[in-house]
Amino acid sequence: MKTIHLSFLLIFLASNANAQKVASVKLKDLEGKTYNTAELGFDGPVVISFWATWCSPCKKELNTIHDLYEDWQSETGVKLVAVSIDDEKTKNQVPTYVNGKAWDYLVLLDPNGDFKRAMGVNYVPHTFLLDKDGNVVYTHNNYAPGDEEKLYLEIKKLSGK
Amino acid sequence: MKIFFPLLGFIVSFTLFSQGELTGNIESTFQYLNEDTLIGASQPAQKGLINTYMNVFYTQGKFKAGMRLESYLPRIQGYPNRFDGTGLGMRYIGYSDEFVDVTLGSFYEQFGSGLSFRAYEDRALGYDNLMDGVRLIVRPKKGIALRGVYGYQRLSFQQGKIIHGAGIVRGVDGEVNLNECFSKLENFPLSTVVGASFVSKYQADNDADLILPENVGAYGGRMKLRYKNFNFDAEYIQKEQDPSNDNGKIYNFGHAAVFNLGYNQKGLGILLSGKSVDNMSFRSDRTKDLQDVFINFLPALNKTHTYNLVATLYPYVTQPLGEVAYQAEVLYTFKKGTFLGGKYGTSLNANFSTTYQPKQFLDNINLLDSSRVVYESKPFVMSDSLYWRDINVNLTKKINKKLSLIFSYFNININNDVAKISNDASGIIRAHVGVIEGSYKINKKHAIRTELQGLIVEPKNGQSNDKGDWATILVEYTVSPHWSFGFMDQYNYGNPREELRVHYPIVTFGYVKDATRFMIYYGRQRAGLFCVGGVCRFVPASNGLTLSFTQSF
Repeated sequence: MKTIHLSFLLIFLASNANAQKVASVKLKDLEGKTYNTAELGFDGPVVISFWATWCSPCKKELNTIHDLYEDWQSETGVKLVAVSIDDEKTKNQVPTYVNGKAWDYLVLLDPNGDFKRAMGVNYVPHTFLLDKDGNVVYTHNNYAPGDEEKLYLEIKKLSGK
Repeated sequence: MKIFFPLLGFIVSFTLFSQGELTGNIESTFQYLNEDTLIGASQPAQKGLINTYMNVFYTQGKFKAGMRLESYLPRIQGYPNRFDGTGLGMRYIGYSDEFVDVTLGSFYEQFGSGLSFRAYEDRALGYDNLMDGVRLIVRPKKGIALRGVYGYQRLSFQQGKIIHGAGIVRGVDGEVNLNECFSKLENFPLSTVVGASFVSKYQADNDADLILPENVGAYGGRMKLRYKNFNFDAEYIQKEQDPSNDNGKIYNFGHAAVFNLGYNQKGLGILLSGKSVDNMSFRSDRTKDLQDVFINFLPALNKTHTYNLVATLYPYVTQPLGEVAYQAEVLYTFKKGTFLGGKYGTSLNANFSTTYQPKQFLDNINLLDSSRVVYESKPFVMSDSLYWRDINVNLTKKINKKLSLIFSYFNININNDVAKISNDASGIIRAHVGVIEGSYKINKKHAIRTELQGLIVEPKNGQSNDKGDWATILVEYTVSPHWSFGFMDQYNYGNPREELRVHYPIVTFGYVKDATRFMIYYGRQRAGLFCVGGVCRFVPASNGLTLSFTQSF
């Protein structure tokens, strides 16, 4: 019986699959300022990248993009929001890492996983590309060197360049 | 059958309000295990094991609803052995706007840094102490958030149903961001956030000998300051008398305190942290142990390591009965174009953490009186009994556009008599670990990554302490954006017993497409503590095949 109900649900989900919108969760930045994730207020493409200080591929991805970020921004106006899922054990190392690596991203803290859960993230790294209305237009799980180029292609598509 | 009605409710609501947003994810892990007596791996009677989860979250304007179905047929190795069946493991409905946010059903929440209250989930650990009840968040003014929670915690999941802990938990929390709240302070250089919380539990007293407090409270305050490049935050929580199995039914008060002081500028981050914990195990059932129904969260104060020999052989977990800990962390990036920075920049990271037993004062204590207060303690006053020390450095260097290298060294001391990690060791285990990691980008899409790790354990009284020395080699080949192939071998070449000098080879294969991921693992897995954040679970040795599938939507 259970499987029947489940499959109904799945069929239903599939038939209703319209564009995913970014979830609305209230998160704080490193200064304690509150942001609503559904109202980030950017006027161009937005990349949301879930990461943690203990996640090597996450750091590799964000450090790679860091080297390209200036070019990406001037060419497409993209903004990157790095959402740290570090909990209280390592949350305090986030500003140390972010500044130590001289990142220019907006960094938001999600210590109890509320935004992670709402966005359906299983594991980090997990990257979402949003248009300026907050619709998810591309997502990618994991990071392998070269993935940033595919992401940039999608960003360029979105910004019409 | 109980599962049917919530599902029907969801489907009806979806149909009625099909303008809403749906998100969620699926995760499924299947294991087929072989027997391998050499490493102590056994084959379960069913041979195959599978865990599956699916989250569905629905929002329509200000209305929200969500649920998680979970399934253990039976549970995979290392999960709590009482998890079984298929059913709803989490479900809620709620309403939220800018002023109020109310949730009825299951919810996750954290007050401050979690010292008084944290309900959270970590699926990789099988840990879930969600609250089942009601939560209200009110934001009366910009910069002010007030929270109230009331409910029972999830203890277990049996025959497809949530099993609750014995005690009820309720709490309130308030936080004010002064700079957001008062427009005059908006551009004031000092930013200030203050907060306070009160959490209480009720559990009936069934004790034959003692009069146990049925209502136990924990309360305290916190602050967060930021001025130019400096930031400081601190929290202090006191807990009332809470005799439990953890503390041997003593009637001491407990406390937990943390502080962090940071200095940051572009290219430099410095952090100093301290923590003091005494008699702070706070559970909604005083008879439980391990990771069951914790109301608060007391993570260890040290770096979470990622290389496997460092992360899984000797991890340290907080001693909730008492510890005093300090940590220092520095990360510096040499500028590009300087001698040390080279063409691409070089980063240097150093980290030090140490933990001691708190000092217990017995001068004013009469163990023969009926108070059952057995010692006195003072925050941050420690004895000379070492629990843990970790000194580690790492250097990240990008050599050219294709090649980057990371060199790391770790010196770990762990007191196996207190933070028990091995049955083959005694006293303090002293380990040295060295790791060289190299990444080479072959072309736009192809890349190879290798790790060489070595771990040496110092002998004790001329005898090997624990399982001796280890080496690990890892090779990973990725083809962006879809494919990955890996091989890892851990070799316990220094085991004092020659027949146990065993290889633990494992091959992995992964395919990722957008938000879908398939992984295949085949090989031997060493027994050990698997940790995420501050919490660990013991995973027995295994030999076999693991398939995993994850999907987000």
